[in-house]
Amino acid sequence: MSDAVAENSKNLIIKGREVVEDDWLVLRLAEPVEGAPQIDPATIAVPEGKVIVPQSLWLVQRELLAARAAAGEIGVWIASDERPEAIRDDLSSFGVIAVDFPKFTDGRGYSIAYNLRIRMGWTGELRAIGDVLRDQLFQMQRVGFNAYATRPDRSIHDALKGLSDFSETYQASVDQKLPLYRRHARTSGVAAPAANNDGAGI
Amino acid sequence: MYQYDQYDHLIVRERIAQYRDQVRRRLSDELTEAEFVPLRLQNGLYMQRHAYMLRIAVPYGLLSSRQMRMFAHIARKYDRGYGHFTTRQNIQFNWVELEQTPDILSDLASVEMHAIQTSGNCIRNTTSDPYAGVAADEIIDPRPYAEVLRQWSTFHPEFIALPRKFKVAINGAVEDRAAIAVHDIGLTVVRNDAGEIGFKFMAGGGMGRTPILGSVIREFLPWQHLLTYTEAVMRVYNQYGRRDNKYKARIKILLKAIGVEEFTRQVEAEWVDLKDGPETLTVEEMQRVIDYFQPPAYKPLDDSDVTAAPEAAGNKAFANWINRNVKPHKQPGYAAVVLSLKKTGVPPGDATAEQIDFMADLADQYSFGELRVTHEQNIVLADVEQSQLFTLWQLVKAKGLATPNIGLLTDMICCPGGDFCSLANAKSIPIAAAIAERFDDIDYQHDIGEIELNISGCINACGHHHVGSIGVLGVDKDGSEWYQVSIGGSQGNHSAIGKIIGPSFSALQMPEVIARLLQVYVRERFEDESFAACAQRLGVAPFKEFVYATPIAEKAGRLVGEDEYV
Repeated sequence: MSDAVAENSKNLIIKGREVVEDDWLVLRLAEPVEGAPQIDPATIAVPEGKVIVPQSLWLVQRELLAARAAAGEIGVWIASDERPEAIRDDLSSFGVIAVDFPKFTDGRGYSIAYNLRIRMGWTGELRAIGDVLRDQLFQMQRVGFNAYATRPDRSIHDALKGLSDFSETYQASVDQKLPLYRRHARTSGVAAPAANNDGAGI
Repeated sequence: MYQYDQYDHLIVRERIAQYRDQVRRRLSDELTEAEFVPLRLQNGLYMQRHAYMLRIAVPYGLLSSRQMRMFAHIARKYDRGYGHFTTRQNIQFNWVELEQTPDILSDLASVEMHAIQTSGNCIRNTTSDPYAGVAADEIIDPRPYAEVLRQWSTFHPEFIALPRKFKVAINGAVEDRAAIAVHDIGLTVVRNDAGEIGFKFMAGGGMGRTPILGSVIREFLPWQHLLTYTEAVMRVYNQYGRRDNKYKARIKILLKAIGVEEFTRQVEAEWVDLKDGPETLTVEEMQRVIDYFQPPAYKPLDDSDVTAAPEAAGNKAFANWINRNVKPHKQPGYAAVVLSLKKTGVPPGDATAEQIDFMADLADQYSFGELRVTHEQNIVLADVEQSQLFTLWQLVKAKGLATPNIGLLTDMICCPGGDFCSLANAKSIPIAAAIAERFDDIDYQHDIGEIELNISGCINACGHHHVGSIGVLGVDKDGSEWYQVSIGGSQGNHSAIGKIIGPSFSALQMPEVIARLLQVYVRERFEDESFAACAQRLGVAPFKEFVYATPIAEKAGRLVGEDEYV
């Protein structure tokens, strides 16, 4: 087990719009060290219980984990530089799919989520993990995430507020399939009101 | 111009509430500075050398007089009485307090403005032709499409943490005045053989450390597909743009690495299931936005020779101003007037609160209450009656905004440089000032003719030095400030990247370097040949030879202001 670090995730996550206890364990491979031999995901033993394994590990241990997956004990997480299409045919095996945000400025996970939901049809739990903080949750929810393992050094109850920063959005995404103008009649240029102060009290 | 409806208002107000809370959390240390940085940047707030700088979006450079007056108010109430118009048609204030920034945004919201996505690794303000809607050579007014892009890109959930900043420019005229070739996406509104409207779609242009002109990835994209196709480009970039090195993270590097054909293939593959989807623009929605950009109530007038009018006849100063600062208009009897923010001794693009209020008043009185910001950092009154030009000129002259230098040597593009910007290697404003002092003679400038002198204080190229006829780049050598000079760059339809002439110079040598370059040009030019064309024809060699032939005295130039005492 020295090559793998098990994150004890038996703490709180946001699911939907509630803070709930979570019993999944996120299995992370240790960062490769320069000069040291590459860690082979095939040699890692997946711990007992409900475990979210790296996509790279799943791809080499698929058969080994099949029974546990059938029992609903296996989830998979996708790194920001991986493509979710690699698990296209395995989606029914997973109890949860997670997408890792190594730092909050790395926005690849948003496109991964979009592809999982829109192109690959994943309808189960889609969880953001890693450097996940309150101010990202609104856009994460928009691209299809419905669970968030926020960084444990911050209040998860505060983070919950991030999901309701905006009540309207312009463009279509996973949560809202139609752009604003297809959902509401918008004022036309010729009949523009002289003044409008909607939202001024916010 | 576009006016907010209830949804625009709501989104901007909710944004202020979100940002106000982010500032509160930063001030109470609930957010670390590292966590706050990307949040404040997405709202245009930079930490500069001395203070915070707030950049406010001016969508495609178009302003109402009411919005302009708000800038004067902000300059007085929250800053030091002036603002700086930027090369991306925005305005920035250099001396704001973090604690006050949410209140500034509330003030801005009252006139339908914001600072959303004016910085950070996201889609920035779309820029366009400052003469859009009035230019004599316009094919289609690009502003409605820029507005559609503004709304679509505002808080786009998927493209909010891109590898790097992302800039879109759109042009709708024969002559490109939006520098589209040096943008991440450069759009030209065109008509196909059937008369239908669409876009010539370029991607992968940019300046910075590796200047590259954009490549055409689609010759004709019907307008209905503008947003879905842009989404396809953005998704390819978001997934495959480099994130390991910020100097290699722009989309231009991705295009260069995989080649334009492969990039185009990926975009087209991405687009297959987006095409004709819900983000496809409808005739009704496009017409709704176009309705906001209808021409004002022009009077039926005829063109006239304003310099021949009795009050103006023989007035050479007025004639110079007409010649340089007044531009043709598609409506007979009207003209577009450029107010020069390039008076010698004033940092290029700066305007005082008093000047800003004054320009707003002029807009109300002479130009249907609207103004435009140009990417050369001047202000345009786009709809002035020709018969009013002489009166207007006298008013403008009295406020120091009538320098007849538009397109000439002292109409320099210049970034804030090391006096303000924490990224800069060197100062740029004192160099601009020293050059302006040396070549203050307007007759000499007219003789030199069309030339673009562009100065950047560092490799990020905010001063567009790569596309200057003469480009000046501030570099750091062993802790002191030096200036590298390139020639032969140009923007517009014949965009080109300038070539470096040789080793760099000290600040004090710069005016003489410019003088020597101009001497070679005057000696070698054909009739009516611009500096850029001449430099492109001759190559660097004759210029280089002459500039470096004899030593340039260290005290050849004179810096002004506090930099005088070096």
